[in-house]
Amino acid sequence: MYDGGKIVAGIIIGVIFLTFPIWYTHGTADPRPEVKLPEKTKECVQPKAYMKTNHMQLIDLWRDSTVRVGNRSYIAFNGKKYDMSLQNTCMSQDCHANKSEFCDRCHDYTGVVPYCWDCHIAPEEKPQAEEKH
Amino acid sequence: MLEKAFVGGRKYWTWMACLLGIMGLGFIMWLWQFRVGLGITGLSRDVSWGFYIGQFTYLVGVAAAGVMVVIPYYIHNYKAFGRITILAEFMAVGAVSMCLLFILVDLGNPVRALNVMLHPTPGSVLFWDMIVLNGYLFLNIFIGWNVLSAERKGSLPPGWIKPFIYLSIPWAISIHTVTAYLYAGLPGRHFWLTAVMAPRFLSSAFCAGPSLLILLCLIVRKTTRFDPGKEQILTLGGIVAYALILNVFLFVCELFTVFYSQIPGHMDHFTYLFFGLHGQGNLAPMMWAAFGLMAMAIILLVIPACRRDEGILAVACVLTIIGTWIDKGFGLVVGGFVPNPLHEVTEYWPTLPEALIALGVWATGLLIISVLYKVATTVKEEGEQKRA
Amino acid sequence: MGVNRRKFLKIAGMSTLGAAAVPASSALAAVNPIEWLDKKLGGFTPFETLLHLFHTPVGFKPGEALTGKQWVMVVNVKELDDEIAEACRETCHRVHNVPQIDNPRHEIKWIWHSEYKHVFTGQHNEHIAEKYHHLPFLVMCNHCENPACVRVCPTKATFKRKQDGIVLMDMHRCIGCRFCMAACPFGARSFNWIIPWPRESAGTLPRFRKGKEPPNPEYPTRVKGVVEKCNFCAERLAKGQIPACVEVCQEAAKEKGKEPALAFGDLADPDSEVRELLHSHFSIRRKPELGTGPNVYYIV
Repeated sequence: MYDGGKIVAGIIIGVIFLTFPIWYTHGTADPRPEVKLPEKTKECVQPKAYMKTNHMQLIDLWRDSTVRVGNRSYIAFNGKKYDMSLQNTCMSQDCHANKSEFCDRCHDYTGVVPYCWDCHIAPEEKPQAEEKH
Repeated sequence: MLEKAFVGGRKYWTWMACLLGIMGLGFIMWLWQFRVGLGITGLSRDVSWGFYIGQFTYLVGVAAAGVMVVIPYYIHNYKAFGRITILAEFMAVGAVSMCLLFILVDLGNPVRALNVMLHPTPGSVLFWDMIVLNGYLFLNIFIGWNVLSAERKGSLPPGWIKPFIYLSIPWAISIHTVTAYLYAGLPGRHFWLTAVMAPRFLSSAFCAGPSLLILLCLIVRKTTRFDPGKEQILTLGGIVAYALILNVFLFVCELFTVFYSQIPGHMDHFTYLFFGLHGQGNLAPMMWAAFGLMAMAIILLVIPACRRDEGILAVACVLTIIGTWIDKGFGLVVGGFVPNPLHEVTEYWPTLPEALIALGVWATGLLIISVLYKVATTVKEEGEQKRA
Repeated sequence: MGVNRRKFLKIAGMSTLGAAAVPASSALAAVNPIEWLDKKLGGFTPFETLLHLFHTPVGFKPGEALTGKQWVMVVNVKELDDEIAEACRETCHRVHNVPQIDNPRHEIKWIWHSEYKHVFTGQHNEHIAEKYHHLPFLVMCNHCENPACVRVCPTKATFKRKQDGIVLMDMHRCIGCRFCMAACPFGARSFNWIIPWPRESAGTLPRFRKGKEPPNPEYPTRVKGVVEKCNFCAERLAKGQIPACVEVCQEAAKEKGKEPALAFGDLADPDSEVRELLHSHFSIRRKPELGTGPNVYYIV
């Protein structure tokens, strides 16, 4: 191998550089965020564990099913019927009306920027929301 | 071989710095467009495609024209073109890159561009255009690079490259045919709804592309020690002459059908372009200029004494490029949208940011061509030195 | 989720059985392979069907939804006046959060009105009855039988919903290439050239460009760079409501004791109001010669 030493050194430097964020910040992560669950509604459309890991897939399915197929009703795991709508069901005043304390906390923590709310209207939050009701 | 692009004189680096500067300016403008939307362009609800798509259409032609060098060399065994095939292929690479960039800057949601692959739709011509353009880009890089590498080593190109070369010939025709089909199959856009659209595209491509190649050859001769050759340039001049006459002929065919049939929906677009409609006609001077320039170019090209004079030939090439550029990069796209489907006239003129973005794309393409030409000419120079 | 998938499969299976139950003689007489496949796949393309193996649609059609095979709009031109046409436009644009943009170059229009000579280009003549010259003809997406916009879309962001014939926009998927705008012979499509719903900051409600009126909280807004158009109020049909513009016309008609200017219904249903209207009146469509098969009829 020509220039073997240089190549190996290059690989090592490369690996160190690429893994830098992992070992440099290891153990210094901020505490897990606590999300605020809705007060009025106790159960989601699927069990909590499923929603925690799969809500994005579910929302994506809902999106395609409503927009493209026209299926707008959904039977939840507990047998309740829901209207499949991010804006009018998930984020209604009865449920996740607190985007900043529910959606945003985790998304901000993990650095995820979903573009749902570029178009869909998130409910107006306190104090205005409280004055209205 | 790419390392050869990093060795150059002061002129070379000044040129590259200028291009990078223009690219940077274009990029900043594009960032602005990305932020606030395509509203910063002159486009509107009625004229929804303009400068960007026009440039794209024109450059697909320039790219396809590489085949005008490949066919004589590989099919007709016209040896002289062996010297310049690499130049034609690398010009095509630059042109196709510009095409793809022009599509990208025209998109309202460029971050979603890959949806075209995620949701493939064989019924859409745009889907096929994406395939043929990317395929053509690949073919030209692949063939050009392999042939040039072989030349550097002083050996013949590998045999297995031949099928790719033969494939690149119909592929070149296909990119411009498919691009014409973008327009020619739309109901209700009578200006584009014509079967001679693809032939017209090809003929204008085969005069505009070789014209640009002639100019590039002259520049290469001036700036490097590699001479593409007088015979090569003059033969290209002949090709330009034929193709340009064919282009104008097909346009006349179009005019005949439209104006002899007297169908208003078909005439309106031509009337708008050349005379204006409902008192609006800001493209008319340009359209007359386009055909004036093409007519002048034809006169220069059909007189043998003029065509064989490289200086005059160069002038004719410039006239051809500007003439076909106005006709195809501007009039063709805008003319199809005016008047609109409700027979209302909304005019179009590009804005400054739009022009700067387009200029940035052109600079990117020229940078790619410059780098590739630098590599190619250096390899050729070295080869000639060795033989001498 | 299991329940829903089962239900979905059941419906799919039933429709397949239904197709098979067609008497063998007639099936043999006219086996159009495309139609056959279409039925087999429930209106989806083969590729979409493949995709559904991994991405099976969930849920079902709401019970209260209005259903039809091919929705059509009938415009009763004699009943139109500026007031009603403007009311239709205003209501539609408010319900669907259509941005209000003053610059005509960047305007977004779902429904609007224009003069006869603009709406029926090519069918115009100077001696047409005086009253037709300046009548506000309502125009919107024609939800064509054979839509050119759907044919050209490279991502299926615009598609014809096979179940009821509505041509829809999936604004989540649109890349903004505007091929559909070039293809539409009716100028029915609008592109968001500028930011349609600016916000003061992330997390605040989008506000109307004109400042005052807040958006309809039940309908989404949109982002720049996507194409949009009339959706025949697909979101209202799902709730069992008729399109907003038709509702406006019906209410106005009730007040004035006249016939409504717009009627909406299923063309495939022989007993529908629209079939009755078309049967008893002379109607025209825009640019029928192009073969797109518009589903908006004008009774003149």
